[in-house]
Amino acid sequence: MRGTLSDRMGAALLMAPLLLFLILAYAWPFLGVVKWSFTLPTPGLGQYHALLTDELVQSVFIRTLRIAAIVTVVSVTAAYAITVVWVRGSPVQRVLAEFCILVPFWISVLTRAFGWVALLSNRGLINTWLQSIGFISEPLTLVRNEFGVIVGMSHFLIPFAVFPLASAMRSLDERVLLAARGLGSSRMRTFWTVFVPMTRSGIIGSALITFVFSLGFFVTPAILGGGRSVMIAELIYLRIFQSPDWGLGAAISVVLVVFVGALMALLFRYVKPKQLV
Amino acid sequence: MQQPGRAAEIKANGIGKSFGSFRALDNLSLDIGRGEFLTLLGPSGSGKTTFLMILAGFVQPSEGKLFSDGVDITHRPAEQRAAGMVFQGYALFPHMSVEQNIAFPLKVRKKSASEIKQRVGEMVERVGLKGHEKKLPAQLSGGQQQRVALARALVFEPGVLLLDEPFSALDKSLRGQMQAEMKRLHQETGTTFVFVTHDQSEALALSSRVAIFNHGKLLQVGRPDEVYDRPANRFVAEFLGEINMLPVKGVKPADNGATGLCEDRAVNMRCKAEAIKGDAILAIRPEDMSIAAEASANQNGIAATAIASTYLGAATKLDLTTRQGAKVTVSVPNEVAASALSKGNSVWLTWPAEKGFLLPDGGQ
Ligand SMILES: Nc1ncnc2c1ncn2[C@@H]1O[C@H](COP(=O)(O)OP(=O)(O)OP(=O)(O)O)[C@@H](O)[C@H]1O
Ligand SMILES: [Mg+2]
Repeated sequence: MRGTLSDRMGAALLMAPLLLFLILAYAWPFLGVVKWSFTLPTPGLGQYHALLTDELVQSVFIRTLRIAAIVTVVSVTAAYAITVVWVRGSPVQRVLAEFCILVPFWISVLTRAFGWVALLSNRGLINTWLQSIGFISEPLTLVRNEFGVIVGMSHFLIPFAVFPLASAMRSLDERVLLAARGLGSSRMRTFWTVFVPMTRSGIIGSALITFVFSLGFFVTPAILGGGRSVMIAELIYLRIFQSPDWGLGAAISVVLVVFVGALMALLFRYVKPKQLV
Repeated sequence: MQQPGRAAEIKANGIGKSFGSFRALDNLSLDIGRGEFLTLLGPSGSGKTTFLMILAGFVQPSEGKLFSDGVDITHRPAEQRAAGMVFQGYALFPHMSVEQNIAFPLKVRKKSASEIKQRVGEMVERVGLKGHEKKLPAQLSGGQQQRVALARALVFEPGVLLLDEPFSALDKSLRGQMQAEMKRLHQETGTTFVFVTHDQSEALALSSRVAIFNHGKLLQVGRPDEVYDRPANRFVAEFLGEINMLPVKGVKPADNGATGLCEDRAVNMRCKAEAIKGDAILAIRPEDMSIAAEASANQNGIAATAIASTYLGAATKLDLTTRQGAKVTVSVPNEVAASALSKGNSVWLTWPAEKGFLLPDGGQ
């Protein structure tokens, strides 16, 4: 859209309060964090050097990347299946799928994390049930470990993964699928060789969003990881509020923000912002 | 490449299709011969695409049966019918190169890599896409995309090729060129072609037979010259091209034809008039009438006044009004039109007895 100068000034004025809020609430404090990372406890690159050598920090970074990657694969796969039903199912299936996608948005992340604890803990629903039918004798460790974190995070992120996929599937030309079938391709083959490749941009967008969100998760891993599966956001929290080692916490934050920024730049190269909603 | 014997023979028997309470197709029966080039012609919304989709197996008819080479295929799924189909807008696979698009139906059929390579190569050459094999559809022009769609639909040697308005997105000169190529491909492959268009000149130029649709009904099927010169009704007559309608009174059968009175002059007609008695409409194409200074007593002719002309390049379209007020259009050489206009009201419209046909008065 190209507007006149006054149109654009009007738009800028309307957006100004939001921009001002973002600057005051995020950008300004973040500059302070950047400053700490270079000055605390002594000026220099010491904290960044520590980052590269500290084994604990590194193991948390690697765990975070691993969990984010697994959560991304799980979420995008599950979201893909739901989206296919949502976009291409019968009217009844569509309503059901839409319900499944929207309901999680109405329940807070905290409630959902504790819900999973109730389901997955040693005396939770799943273990009690499996024991009562005699399938297992000892409870399975489903929570306070990486498994619990992955389950909780995927559950939270699936709805977000749906939207880029839905947008890609909606813009797909139905006749191309008919053409494939007319050329002799079975439904299965058409799905894998035509439908999935044609929704590639949606898959990339969906995966990047999920991955970026996963990197910064705090509440879910803190509750479902039970301190045994610490991710990067929780580590920052511990360094700032418990150790306290503000300089290192700040340096980790800066690295995280830069990494996420780079991923976002990549994201917007593949998908237009309007495809994400 | 294709044995003519492998072309399919299709029989539609009482096919009907309803969408809710809307009748998109009504009791349609049609035999499509082996190796025929049949065109489905009709105005927008007349059910052409619906019929093609039923032939392809993408749409289930509400009633009726479909046979291919005598086998009932009414309930056979699309992927097992092996009909080649070219969609309006081409429907190429956007993520596959030209080569991969054309290879797709062969891969589905698990042909060996060497056979695929050879047949795709042949096909690429045949439709004139050499040098473009590695391009994606988005990198091709409209005409080139059209060729890929044709190649992809023909490469697996289908018994029948279905084409839904394949040229509607092309400009006029490219259209003419693609029409010629289609005709050549039809002759080379010998496959049965079913072609949808709403362009009557395209239909007449390409087909071995034309099927004319209106409001979900099949009105007439016949060779292009049959439907053009002997349309079954007024709709077909008017849809296939401009035509003049002259009222004729007192029609009665005569030796090899019929006679009647047109604007108080006796006219002779070679067409049969068994079903028509009394008042009728004589329909004559503009190119079958000529302008004369006068008409002799035993020649068909009526007096008229030239009122306007439209220069068309090769000829001129001349609009006239007869004494009794009927509007007539004729297509005449440019200099004839000029002199008719300058003479004002004293020209004669004449036509040979074997041209024109009778339609019931006011009837459809
Ligand atoms: N899936 C559908 N649901 C409801 N109505 C339909 C459906 N498909 C086609 N129709 C209706 O059936 C009629 C015939 O449609 P069809 O597409 O066969 O026309 P057509 O002859 O191909 O027209 P055009 O030349 O415009 O392509 C139209 O009135 C159309 O609205
Ligand atoms: Mg159509």
